[in-house]
Amino acid sequence: MQIKILRSETNTHQLYTLPAGEIPLLNALSYIKETQDATLTFSAGCRASVCGTCAVRVNGKEELACAYKVKPGDIIEPLQYHPVLRDLKVDKHKAKETLSKSTAWLHSPQEASLTQSDERLSETQTDCILCDSCYSACPVYAVNPDFLGPFALTRAYRYSTDKREGDAKAIIGNIQSNGVWDCTLCGECTMACPKGIDPKMDITMLRGLSMQEGYEDPSFATQSFGTPDFGGGGFGFDPNAGF
Amino acid sequence: MIDVLIIGSGGAGLTAALAAKNAGASVTVAGKAYPTNSQTSMAQGGMNAALGNVGEDHVSSHIADTIKSAHGLCDEEMVRQMCEDAPQTIAWLERLGVPFSRLDNGKSGTQTIAQRQMGGASAKRACYAQDYTGLKILHTLYDTCLKEEIHFLDEHYLLNLITKEGTVKGATFLEIRTGEVKQINAKSVIMATGGYGALYHGFTTNAYGSTGDGVAAVLRAGGAVSDMEFIQFHPTALKHSCILVSESARGEGGYLVNEKGERFVDELKPRDEVARAIFSQMQEGQRVFLDVRHLGEEKLMELLPQEVELCKLHEHVDPATELIPIKPVAHYTMGGIDVDTALEVNGIKGCFAVGECSNAKVHGANRLGGNSLLEITALGKVAGENAYKHAVAASSKTADDTQQQKDSGEIEALLSQNGVINFYPYREKLGNLFYDKVGIVRENDQLSEALNEITMMQEIKNEMGISDKSRVNNQNLVDFLEFQNALLLAPTIISSAIARDESRGAHYKVGFEHEDEALKRHRVLQWKKEETCK
Repeated sequence: MQIKILRSETNTHQLYTLPAGEIPLLNALSYIKETQDATLTFSAGCRASVCGTCAVRVNGKEELACAYKVKPGDIIEPLQYHPVLRDLKVDKHKAKETLSKSTAWLHSPQEASLTQSDERLSETQTDCILCDSCYSACPVYAVNPDFLGPFALTRAYRYSTDKREGDAKAIIGNIQSNGVWDCTLCGECTMACPKGIDPKMDITMLRGLSMQEGYEDPSFATQSFGTPDFGGGGFGFDPNAGF
Repeated sequence: MIDVLIIGSGGAGLTAALAAKNAGASVTVAGKAYPTNSQTSMAQGGMNAALGNVGEDHVSSHIADTIKSAHGLCDEEMVRQMCEDAPQTIAWLERLGVPFSRLDNGKSGTQTIAQRQMGGASAKRACYAQDYTGLKILHTLYDTCLKEEIHFLDEHYLLNLITKEGTVKGATFLEIRTGEVKQINAKSVIMATGGYGALYHGFTTNAYGSTGDGVAAVLRAGGAVSDMEFIQFHPTALKHSCILVSESARGEGGYLVNEKGERFVDELKPRDEVARAIFSQMQEGQRVFLDVRHLGEEKLMELLPQEVELCKLHEHVDPATELIPIKPVAHYTMGGIDVDTALEVNGIKGCFAVGECSNAKVHGANRLGGNSLLEITALGKVAGENAYKHAVAASSKTADDTQQQKDSGEIEALLSQNGVINFYPYREKLGNLFYDKVGIVRENDQLSEALNEITMMQEIKNEMGISDKSRVNNQNLVDFLEFQNALLLAPTIISSAIARDESRGAHYKVGFEHEDEALKRHRVLQWKKEETCK
């Protein structure tokens, strides 16, 4: 079985041969490094889909190397929108800064009476392993490198809905600029997430919470629709207009 | 000069950082990867605290269970402190926002936290977040560190501690991205570098990086290590990938069966006993399985969603309808850096150690499930506070660069060495050797053979090296440095195992199947001290 891996030094895809049979990509990369080419560089950790270290792109789609089973002809490349440090190893610092910018933590903790339905409210969101797959899949980064992005916004949502948060407004206020309104709701992040998290839905929910706090979609606010006139003539619904 | 340098950014390191910062310290956390990559993320089942949310429980029962499982090798005062601190530690994590699983009981605060049964526990004591307890605690700690603006140095690989007259002055690091050897001066240092389970390469639930880097660095700097022979084998790892299946699978009612479908052990005994029972089945030629089918798909998805996924992915088995093939593999190292009751390293003043790298004598000969997450958070706080106390009175005179120069020279030598033997096959060999001969059931002959093989491996170590000569982002180099640490620790484990002619907790020796009262003591190892700076 042969696969191709993008090498950073030459910026070309290098062909490697693996023994036939089922093998997780991470094991394949280790096999290559140990027996064929010690210069091949990648990041690895737990082997069990929980440390968030080994995400790469396979044939253009984000995958955890430890959980992906290699197929003949696969093309392996580093995550997008991260500076490549070497081969499949990327710099995650800029991506991680989105967590600080979105202030995704408990701002004003208070005791609460939590139930199983409260637990379920953030159960999936807190499965996040910070593998950066969603960040790599997000097309907004092609035009706005300062976008807070899917994983930070999912985390902001998870804390803002926590009953233990006494000041959710503070979080909501910090995700307006380069935040919830910059998302195109394309759903690529949701497709890419190896843990089944749905950042698109979380961002949609955050938009709702933002509007409850009096924020509006800035692109909407800059367009002039005139003064709404609910008596008819404008875009408003006129119950007397008849059909 | 910073007050407190924390080496390692898992749960223990992050907790220590928050505690030291809260006490008033300037803090830097240096780790070889990113904080959330650490081993803590892999802890699944839960964290013990005698809250009594699900049936009666008492701190005294938690203490008694822990001491019983430790088989006489714990410091009862340390155990008492940890177990007494457990409820307030859970309360602290609750305030940070850890998304624990809940009970629907109409109460508030920590009284709503669900608790489950773990092996060796006399009550449902483990607080959990599905089977992602470690992950969710770790990430909440990380979020809090960002809130508190903790200073992180990622991809800093620990080379050596710097000491002067037996007092720590800082440490040297290989900055993996640049290849530069850096010196970080600090008034206090906290080792939170994790265990050495990755010596059992290919036969461990641990991540690749659990190579005991901090334990080895302490030995080199003249500090002591203890109880190195006590290595816990987790009864249930997936047979082919060695990926962990949480003890909570048995806590929730899972059975262990052999290929005849017979149960052969009380599944809720401590891990050492269950692992040995499985091992003896395997010695008889039986395959062993975990059976959770009777729990039903719905309950499995609610309680053990991660397990279900991993079984399907790595074993092609659906736990709701099929048996899960398992085997016991290395999981946790009870031994490590020898510390006193203040968590200060025996032999190095101002240097503290906490978490799996340390031996705080809270687990003794066998750790209870649910006590490791407790240790890193409850004692992590103690380490952070004590390190700051030391820093307040410590000299701010920095060490010279002797150690840094020496370490730079060694890195240069590795990068310029040609025609070397590839070390990766030896890493695998070391793993096989340890699983076969320093494993669940030990024999003196085999241990001696293992020691000889390690000696031979150490002799050819100088001819081993790396073929990647890149200065920047050289993972081949990091892998080799980790392997050197593993090789340095290997004889301490084997010689301690040879010296212990008895069976106690996780250390079980053929021909010496009982506990020997005369050997009920810690085995402490220390190298002759060497000044590492002037």
